[in-house]
Amino acid sequence: MAQFYYHFPILQVLIPFVSAPLCVVIGRSTVSWVIAFFASIASLIISVSLLSSVSDGSSISYHLGGWAPPIGIEYVVDSANALLLCLVAGVSTIALMYARDQLREEVEEKHHTLFYTCYLLCLTGLLGVLITGDIFNVFVFLEISSLSTYVLIAQGAKRDKRALKAAFNYLILGTVGATFFVIGVGYLYMATGSLNMADISLRLNNMESNRTVQVAFAFIAIGMGLKVAIFPLHAWLPNAYTFAPSVVSIFLSATATKVSIYVIIRFSFSIFGKEGDLIQDIFILLAAPLAIIAMFSMSIVAIFQKDIKRMLAYSSLAQIGYMLLGISFFSKSGLTATFVTLFNHGITKASLFMSLGAFVCVTGGSFLKDLSGIGRRMPFTAIAFIIGCLSLIGVPGTAGFISKWLLVEAALGRGLSFIAVLIILSSLLSIIYVWRVIEHLFFSESKLKFEHSKISFRIVIPLWILSLSCIYFGLDTSLVIDASETAAESLFDNSLVAE
Amino acid sequence: MDLFTVDFVFGHIQYWLFIFLMMTGLYIVMARGNLIKKIVGLNIFQTSVFMFYISIGKVSDGTAPIFPLKMKINPEVVYSNPLPHVLILTAIVVGIATTSLGLALIVKIREAYGTIEDLETIDIDVAAQVAENAE
Repeated sequence: MAQFYYHFPILQVLIPFVSAPLCVVIGRSTVSWVIAFFASIASLIISVSLLSSVSDGSSISYHLGGWAPPIGIEYVVDSANALLLCLVAGVSTIALMYARDQLREEVEEKHHTLFYTCYLLCLTGLLGVLITGDIFNVFVFLEISSLSTYVLIAQGAKRDKRALKAAFNYLILGTVGATFFVIGVGYLYMATGSLNMADISLRLNNMESNRTVQVAFAFIAIGMGLKVAIFPLHAWLPNAYTFAPSVVSIFLSATATKVSIYVIIRFSFSIFGKEGDLIQDIFILLAAPLAIIAMFSMSIVAIFQKDIKRMLAYSSLAQIGYMLLGISFFSKSGLTATFVTLFNHGITKASLFMSLGAFVCVTGGSFLKDLSGIGRRMPFTAIAFIIGCLSLIGVPGTAGFISKWLLVEAALGRGLSFIAVLIILSSLLSIIYVWRVIEHLFFSESKLKFEHSKISFRIVIPLWILSLSCIYFGLDTSLVIDASETAAESLFDNSLVAE
Repeated sequence: MDLFTVDFVFGHIQYWLFIFLMMTGLYIVMARGNLIKKIVGLNIFQTSVFMFYISIGKVSDGTAPIFPLKMKINPEVVYSNPLPHVLILTAIVVGIATTSLGLALIVKIREAYGTIEDLETIDIDVAAQVAENAE
């Protein structure tokens, strides 16, 4: 049993990875759903157990094939990635519960098996990026998740053929981003001769500050910036989220960009700790202004959207601004705020996309005009949607409030009271776009005949799990905040940045 | 300019080639509307990075890093660094997967739109949108 427990870090990645081809071999839609679901639950159980064993700030190092680092590939679990492992595996499990019925509406039956295969590969990639301690391994897992993501987005083509172009554009930009990342990895290898994160950090500390390393950081930051969809590099995201099947939008919005932000944090603090002063300047002079522009411009764009799915995508871009801003403070409290936002926004956006998916099931469209008056026909789903909206705005008692509160606190901690004001102002913008939707849901006359307004319990249950967790994490904050604080502390202690 | 001596330019020839190929690839990706040409540009861009990796594995006077077990160890033989080669093997596989997926998407786009020009597909989308709003 102890032996089994010892292998948890690799099983985390291996279980979904092995289940994926199993789905193809069996080739039956229902069976592959069962396989995917149980693989995802297994990952969730493992990630929770990993989180509980590193919650005291310790870290687990697993050597692949028994080869000790820096020669072999190392998997590292610490409080920073364990929290996100839980988020990714958790959202994936809930989205899969919901996928069974939803997929019948949106994807052709014959593609279901391959859909679950790609879904599992995407999960594998995301978990792998989080857990690995080897920078080239990050690239490989990143591409596993990205390639399967392109396929998943293209599955929206049954509903709207623009999904194909959204997937193609994402493929081009995603590949450019990943290739930039590889160039950065190459420069780092040139400078240090190592691929292991801890080893690189150690070797950089013993070296003079040098230009190659700085260029490596620039390439890695731009490459990951494309994947995160940081403000000027965000062109692929709105279309990808809008035209993808609901299940994919739920999964991606809650996990994919979050994982990329984690990579940026990991590189900035754990690996490039030596160049801390330069990175701090880059974040304060470049990333923070971009984050603030994103918070405002993307919220304003969201106000004018007619398609609610697109509106949610733009609101995600604004939220990415908050997360980036948290990192830019370069303080423990700022980093804690970012981690809490990563987690809380993940579940909030997943619950919003999920309830929207349930509406679309009934009305056949996600435009405002399609949804008028549906709140009175489907009150349970609509209330879940409203809870998600409240959490998005940051109303006290919801998860979103906690992350905004910590962010404002971090801004004040750095003596930047005007940025705290900007955070609150941009939250007010989100009230406007959210209110437009709620008004249509409840207070406008319905002109449409609904095909069938009963939705299956397999959609309602996962939806309410997410909605209630939005409230739960808003009331019982200790779990997420404690984990985030330990994560921020361990990242800061490893880097040489003076707070 | 003291920096750009002949030694400097020719001593770093592989980097110049790498930068030239990389920029060519990126330019094609951005400037061409034909989706196949975009994929070709992407390939050139990726290939430039592969060449860059291979070049950093070179050790001067080093031979191919093949080491038969029966051979006697000669400490004077210098080998090139095989690790970048291995990494690039992985990256090439990823590149092939990306290319084939991109081409598959192009086939689907052609089935749906009847064209593989980026601008023409945008025109079709806009026309569809206008028709929808007019309803």
